[in-house]
Amino acid sequence: MTALAWVGASLVALGVPFFLLGTLGLLRFPDVFTRLHALAKADNVGLGLVCFGLGLHSGSLAHALKLALIWLLMVIASAVGAGLVARAAIARGVKPWGV
Amino acid sequence: MMAWAITAFDALLVALLLWLAWQAIHADGLFRAVISFMVFGLLMAVAWVRLDAPDVALAEAAIGAGVTGALLLSALGRLPERDKEAPADRRARGLAAVGLAALALGGATALATIAWALPAPGLGREVTEALPKSGVDNPVTAVLLNIRAFDTLLEIGVLLLAVIATWALGPMQWSAPARVMSPALPVLGRLLFPMFVLVSAYVLWRGGHAPGGAFPAGALMGAGGVLVFFAGAKPWITGAELDPWRWLLSLGLVAMLVAAVGVGATGRSFFEYPVDLAGLFILALEVAAALSIAILLFALCLGGRPPHRWGSEDEA
Amino acid sequence: MSLYAVLAAALFFLGLHGLFAARHMLRKILALNVMTAAVFLLLVVLAERADVADSVPHAMVLTGIVISVGVTAVAVILVVHLAHGRGRDRGD
Repeated sequence: MTALAWVGASLVALGVPFFLLGTLGLLRFPDVFTRLHALAKADNVGLGLVCFGLGLHSGSLAHALKLALIWLLMVIASAVGAGLVARAAIARGVKPWGV
Repeated sequence: MMAWAITAFDALLVALLLWLAWQAIHADGLFRAVISFMVFGLLMAVAWVRLDAPDVALAEAAIGAGVTGALLLSALGRLPERDKEAPADRRARGLAAVGLAALALGGATALATIAWALPAPGLGREVTEALPKSGVDNPVTAVLLNIRAFDTLLEIGVLLLAVIATWALGPMQWSAPARVMSPALPVLGRLLFPMFVLVSAYVLWRGGHAPGGAFPAGALMGAGGVLVFFAGAKPWITGAELDPWRWLLSLGLVAMLVAAVGVGATGRSFFEYPVDLAGLFILALEVAAALSIAILLFALCLGGRPPHRWGSEDEA
Repeated sequence: MSLYAVLAAALFFLGLHGLFAARHMLRKILALNVMTAAVFLLLVVLAERADVADSVPHAMVLTGIVISVGVTAVAVILVVHLAHGRGRDRGD
């Protein structure tokens, strides 16, 4: 493996804990708002690291750009989705935890 | 070292798929069941990749999680509340566990034994031989739009019939969300629409030489249309005039029939394209089929005949 | 690969059982879809086993996926109509 591939692989490995912690938060946090907060970590940082790492690992600019696009779309979708879920919860009268 | 990791991944995937399928059928609450089924569809896409069927994976990801999910969730919103929360039948569950395990075990063993004992010549050699004459390099596209184009013709016919059936049942069963819940949602729709067109065109073009083609492209565009619609966009054609709908919906079927019968005018048999023009024929039919599949899937997700005005009563 | 053949068999019987045991119609539709997935899976697994890589079953499965969404759509819309206990009119 080239140095670039090693850097890519370690970035992917670095991204995995974010997914683990995001999932842990999704399962263990007390209400919908804090769970959304936990999920955002996995989506934004975890996926970002994985995509960036895979892009470096592939060693091809076209693949790296496609992966970057995937990450960008995912971030937009997760932001809008999280906003919708939170607004729907407020509209149903869900009180944030500890407030 | 790689082999055990791959086996472990397969085992994990198989276990997850089984659990999700069980949840989709027996979970408490219909919402949970529907979500489980959508995740099942997504993971099936991963299974297709593991089975070297990337064309199928693309279509499954767009249809299994996208179109079917939108359809099931829309329907769920229209079902009475008492239906939704009703727990699955406990008695059936207990009986099920025993009966099902026995059935599945017996069935699996019988099936595996029989399937493995049978010779499996397949049609791979024939397809590979015919590929240079088919006009494309991707064998799946060659089978779909040249060698077995008849199947695709009938498939688009079945989709058209499904739309006719839903229209015959009456007007649209659900409307787009009555009030926009988040200011980000319409922006997302506007932002994503060109993206969906671009990606569908790319997948369609790729289909000639790599995984992709009319089916995934059509499914993607249909799913995109549904998403943009539920994000508050209003299609430019309404139910007030049904003629444009009829033409768009039957576009694929008409195009394929014209191609199939048209080659007959030059003394060829049904769907026998001229060899040097086959690539062009396939591209034209793919564009028509993809557009047609997209609009047919969109029409199916509307859940009935489109209304005369899109959500006019909801506009503030 | 044989793991997926077993998965196909198990999913098929899971779906078949669900089709009869599930109470709600929507669950029956989901069960039917699980059965469909099992059949697709079997086709692709058998294609993998062929002597030369075989793309005909892949094409059949692609066709089948689109057909199954059509069937699901009609079934789901019928269920919605049934739940509201009506034929043509929309007044509920």
